[in-house]
Amino acid sequence: MYRSHVLVCGGTGCTSSGSQQIIQTLKDELKKNKLQNEVAVVKTGCHGLCAEGPVMIVYPEAVFYSKVRPEDVEEIVSEHLLKGRIVERLVYHEAQTPEGIKSLNETTFYKKQHRIALRNCGVINPESIDEYIGTGGYEALGKVLTEMTPDDVIQTILDSGLRGRGGAGFPTGLKWRFASGNRGNVQKYVCCNADEGDPGAFMDRSVLEGDPHVVLEAMAIAGYAIGADQGYIYVRAEYPIAVERLQIAINQAREYGLLGKNIFDTGFNFDIELRLGAGAFVCGEETALMTSIEGNRGEPRPRPPFPAVKGLFQSPTILNNVETWANIPQIILRGPKWFASMGTEKSKGTKVFALGGKINNTGLVEIPMGTTLRTVIEDIGGGIPNGKKFKAAQTGGPSGGCIPAEHFDIPIDYDNLISIGSMMGSGGLIVMDEDTCMVDIAKFFLQFTVDESCGKCTPCRVGTKRLLELLEKITDGRGTLEDIDKMEELCYYIKDNALCGLGQTAPNPVLSTLRYFRDEYVEHVVNKRCPAGVCKKLITYKIDPVKCKGCTLCARNCPVNAIEGQVKVAHSIDTSKCVKCGTCIDKCRFGAIYKE
Amino acid sequence: MKSLEELKAIREKMQGQIGMRSEHAQDTRVVVGMATCGIASGARPVLNTLVKEVEDRKLEHVIVTQTGCIGLCQYEPIVEVYEPGKEKVTYVKVNEEKAKEILEQHLVRGQVVDKYLLHVAENM
Repeated sequence: MYRSHVLVCGGTGCTSSGSQQIIQTLKDELKKNKLQNEVAVVKTGCHGLCAEGPVMIVYPEAVFYSKVRPEDVEEIVSEHLLKGRIVERLVYHEAQTPEGIKSLNETTFYKKQHRIALRNCGVINPESIDEYIGTGGYEALGKVLTEMTPDDVIQTILDSGLRGRGGAGFPTGLKWRFASGNRGNVQKYVCCNADEGDPGAFMDRSVLEGDPHVVLEAMAIAGYAIGADQGYIYVRAEYPIAVERLQIAINQAREYGLLGKNIFDTGFNFDIELRLGAGAFVCGEETALMTSIEGNRGEPRPRPPFPAVKGLFQSPTILNNVETWANIPQIILRGPKWFASMGTEKSKGTKVFALGGKINNTGLVEIPMGTTLRTVIEDIGGGIPNGKKFKAAQTGGPSGGCIPAEHFDIPIDYDNLISIGSMMGSGGLIVMDEDTCMVDIAKFFLQFTVDESCGKCTPCRVGTKRLLELLEKITDGRGTLEDIDKMEELCYYIKDNALCGLGQTAPNPVLSTLRYFRDEYVEHVVNKRCPAGVCKKLITYKIDPVKCKGCTLCARNCPVNAIEGQVKVAHSIDTSKCVKCGTCIDKCRFGAIYKE
Repeated sequence: MKSLEELKAIREKMQGQIGMRSEHAQDTRVVVGMATCGIASGARPVLNTLVKEVEDRKLEHVIVTQTGCIGLCQYEPIVEVYEPGKEKVTYVKVNEEKAKEILEQHLVRGQVVDKYLLHVAENM
């Protein structure tokens, strides 16, 4: 019987900032103070506020400690856990108010969130099946197997309005219905797409690390609904913590008979195996993913036939994304009406976003569909650092587009984002401030798709390469206005002709930046200027002789010795040597160095 | 293989534990003074008794927590009960037996145990 639970985040973010050592120190200190039988240490999944990691929450007081270092642990144990005095200097700054410590759910980061897919993340120990069961886990599976017909299950998912969270937003119930025919007579499969590859996206990883059982339970429910007895989780090998916890979860579920033969004595059989992806972005595309599971090189194939008709090993298959799965058990338990009561007309429920880029609260948030971008960035995200101005937000990774400041108040849902030339994507949300060059951003994503194109079809293999070359021409200052038009034409050609989703959406970053920031492209081409001061070929570094005090700091730090000058005399930069790395600007204490 | 009943049993067993990990704005808080003075006069077994009793009796609306020195060191161990919308009740010189009685009378039946209150002890 423990009187207090100390939750320490064991997600990837906090692990890399040292939470494992904190857990060890905590256990040692508790033992030293003979508290090991009174205070439980629980390693959980992600709490979402990765920017403040490593994070630790002490219950029952619900005190949220942030940026904890191993040397702080002794004080937390001797003061808080032994004597009941909260260590105020370590409490998350936003929870500290003149009236005392605010509760966590009252802070702006958590207040406007609504956690369904993430409901157990940061709350339970993901390596304990008992803790998952303690929060109602596997109850939904019990309910469908004993009280519902397979068609009831599909109808429930249809009624909930749940749409695929992987990006395209296809209605999940419909997908299940397409695969539901001929139950019991043919082999079918249920797959989980955990090959999260968008730069800056980590929603699926967090669910797998924080609540792996929810995915297993949901897949078993789908197996019952369509008549499949085998599931595969395709997870990328670059997520070692997720892979490890999934395997632990599968083993525990088998031991409890919640996977395997004759589950709950109902005659229903279902088992799950892991398949590790080797890091190819294209394997997040459904047909390529299944080809890879089959043991072949991960390349897409034309659709139709859709996987629901002919998928894995030529059998009817359903494939859903991790976050989609994480919603299923709650929909079964709480009913489709409850789920459909959240969100907008055509986008129900919530969506998890990974906030990144120029934003204060980097981390993971789950919001009801229809929340405005402004709420996400200014309130939950804590705004943009250093008083900079918001320029655009990028959603959907290399397949998506950007949302400029003029659409700051748009309610986020599938259809609204498509109407403004972006897309929901899997949930990466990268915030950009005024120092970001939009042509450079488009180039960054194109570079990514060129690297990741599998090469099977020409529009994608050659088209994206040509597109990247045109972008490079523009950022090098060699572009013409004709190039911009040519680029646009090429974008539409690739979109219409590429074989799979990767190629069809690859031009989106170019198209959407052209739509909202065409003037920036024109500025690069006509005046050979990069307004944000990013494109190296178009800027020169200069020293203001009035402001320069001749301190020699810049000259000493310049990696290529391009700065000359004597002590207490204004320095100058030799532009023929300068590699434009920006070190001198960072080092100068007088603001004397500028870009032109 | 687990049956539905076994699943339910695991859930009930775990719920008492995991239930601690949520925020309880509307709950009754039982606070034990756990500074040096409190610990020296035996607050630790009092705290652990309260935690165990609350869990055993499945009092889901009660959380047991600790605080630092309340400032009345000669009356330790001190147990304070905060019920929403009511005035704080302070019990003094509590031991394990008294803790059980307070739990039974006050937290289960809603009757303050007058004989252990601060003002009673003061007048003794």
